[in-house]
Amino acid sequence: MSALLKVEGLRVEIARRGRVMTAIDDVSFEIAAGEILGVVGESGAGKSVTGTAVLGLLERPAFQAAGRILFDGRRIDTLDEDAMRALRGREIAAVFQDPLTSLDPLMTIGDQLTETIRTHLDLTQAEAVERAARLLAEVGIPAPRERLASYPHEMSGGMRQRVVLALAFSCEPRLIIADEPTTALDVSIQAQILDLLRAMCRERGTAVMLVTHDMGVIAEVADRVAVMYAGRLVEVGPTQSLLAEAAHPYTRGLMGSIPDMHRRDVELAQIPGSMPRPDAPVPGCAFHPRCGQALPRCAVERPLTFTAGASEVACWLADPAARSAA
Amino acid sequence: MNGVKDTILSVDRLTVRFDASPPLLKRLVTGAGRRTVHAVEEVEFEVARGSTFALVGESGCGKSTIARAIAGIQRPSGGSVSFMGVDIAGFRTRHAAMPYRRNLQMIFQDPYASLNPRWRVGRIIAEPILTHGLMTRGAALTARVAELLETVGLSPGDTAKFPHQFSGGQRQRISIARALAANPAFVVCDEPTSALDVSVQAQILNLMRRLQRERGLTYLLISHNLAVVAHMADDMGVMYLGRLVEQGDAGQILGRPLHPYTRLLLDTVPDPRAPKRDRARLAGEVPSPLAPPTGCAFHPRCPLANARCARERPLPIRVEAALVACHAVEEGRLPSRPPAAQQSFATSGDAA
Repeated sequence: MSALLKVEGLRVEIARRGRVMTAIDDVSFEIAAGEILGVVGESGAGKSVTGTAVLGLLERPAFQAAGRILFDGRRIDTLDEDAMRALRGREIAAVFQDPLTSLDPLMTIGDQLTETIRTHLDLTQAEAVERAARLLAEVGIPAPRERLASYPHEMSGGMRQRVVLALAFSCEPRLIIADEPTTALDVSIQAQILDLLRAMCRERGTAVMLVTHDMGVIAEVADRVAVMYAGRLVEVGPTQSLLAEAAHPYTRGLMGSIPDMHRRDVELAQIPGSMPRPDAPVPGCAFHPRCGQALPRCAVERPLTFTAGASEVACWLADPAARSAA
Repeated sequence: MNGVKDTILSVDRLTVRFDASPPLLKRLVTGAGRRTVHAVEEVEFEVARGSTFALVGESGCGKSTIARAIAGIQRPSGGSVSFMGVDIAGFRTRHAAMPYRRNLQMIFQDPYASLNPRWRVGRIIAEPILTHGLMTRGAALTARVAELLETVGLSPGDTAKFPHQFSGGQRQRISIARALAANPAFVVCDEPTSALDVSVQAQILNLMRRLQRERGLTYLLISHNLAVVAHMADDMGVMYLGRLVEQGDAGQILGRPLHPYTRLLLDTVPDPRAPKRDRARLAGEVPSPLAPPTGCAFHPRCPLANARCARERPLPIRVEAALVACHAVEEGRLPSRPPAAQQSFATSGDAA
């Protein structure tokens, strides 16, 4: 299966007051057409930076320092701003956490939809309005034709995020970057939005890079999962097997720290300490100071990526040579 | 709830309403009437000493308003809150309320907003001790602050630092140290870990449980996160649109929920340990508290609603260790729920 999106050795640096910090380093992954890849990690792990880089929206002082981003076999990280703008919204769309910041408060829902549609597709105003109404109906907004005249503030948070989904899907993109799309919503509304996102992608064969901190959301919608820690990918694998038996000690610690609805009265597993900050990078494996199983080499040598079961793991413990020696 | 328990907090028909009317002039010109937000309506529950009582529900259900009313920040419109046998609405002066305030402390959701950024940590933690006149400035106070910092897993050397020098999890530890400073019996925790990453959340929840064991603390935990509630609560109440729809033993409610809202809420929680399970969905959104539906407030979204539900408000009835306000439960119309609770509730409802 050829990849729709291919990210190779991506490094993003932040230059501030003469100092250069590395926000993400050597991040490589692929998303196949129609696939939902969940990118999960805690605050500051670099997951949003990765999504922003793919969208070509990195802003100074952050910049891409190394690596390549290929969309449908074509390199997009070197495109100029006009070419990238033509791609964004058309081929690659974005959904962000807060629908109020994605929507213009001074424009009606209908105007925002038709503007996006007519920017990218060769349609008349009447055709664009027709398409906008159809999209609103599809994302489950009651009385879609009347709603075209509404402003964002007249809708609830869940309804607004439905409008954002309609905008994202308006030009039939092949890839959607969704950054914490349900974090601001209540669980019952979150479930509705996730169902809708999954159904619309399945129907159209749209691929998604779903950035989230919530393993529960990953479990609901992702086909594969990429776990980030301190700006690096530590583990990538199919959702079912990765959640059931994580290979990386960080992923295991993360899973253990989530309270279990069905096993009460147990002490939660704790990962001691906190994630290193970009201005104080850790040599070797970035997780080694917090890892209970760290080997001497973990403190000096950056781990290579090994295959462990169905997953790819950046951890010396998964090194077949080390395992056979042990 | 049963006479054996030592009740520390008793909430009786607590009602909080907010006036959301347009300004007088606009009302006169447009003929618009007064509008009232029914934030909390006739809520009743009791909390046993040394236990954790959790209030859960979606945004706008009134759970934080209850916390604020109990903490004395929000004046109730009706009903009463009795803490250690004293009705807190009866306090006429700040002075009279002081012993109550000392025994009841609060931890807030956002550790960035709830600590004064211009105060050093030592002053933040010493303040409640000085306010309540428990100690005076001096070596003993310094030692007490250092001891509190160590209790929450920070170092005594942190007293000279400012809040911005700490991570979110460490700030929440500072909030906990401040809440414990006056040696309270009761701590109201309003979404204490919602702003934190899961690994940090685990550290804070473990700390809260350890402190409860060591000090016999009572917690009122406000949370939208059912997994956190499952981990912490002895008893719980499920709120919908300002009312408690189900309350009682947390193990029973989470294991064998009765109210249709509780069942659907449990079904919507994504579970990383059960990927892509088939679950029932909660359709629609919570109606406006400005105009709550008649009868049972949940009836427009409820798969079991009938004409009576639309007309008549259900009263709580006891089912084993829980109180449930639902006509379907009372009339025995409630479909049985598979033990794994992973099958669609809507389809099992059709079969009944």
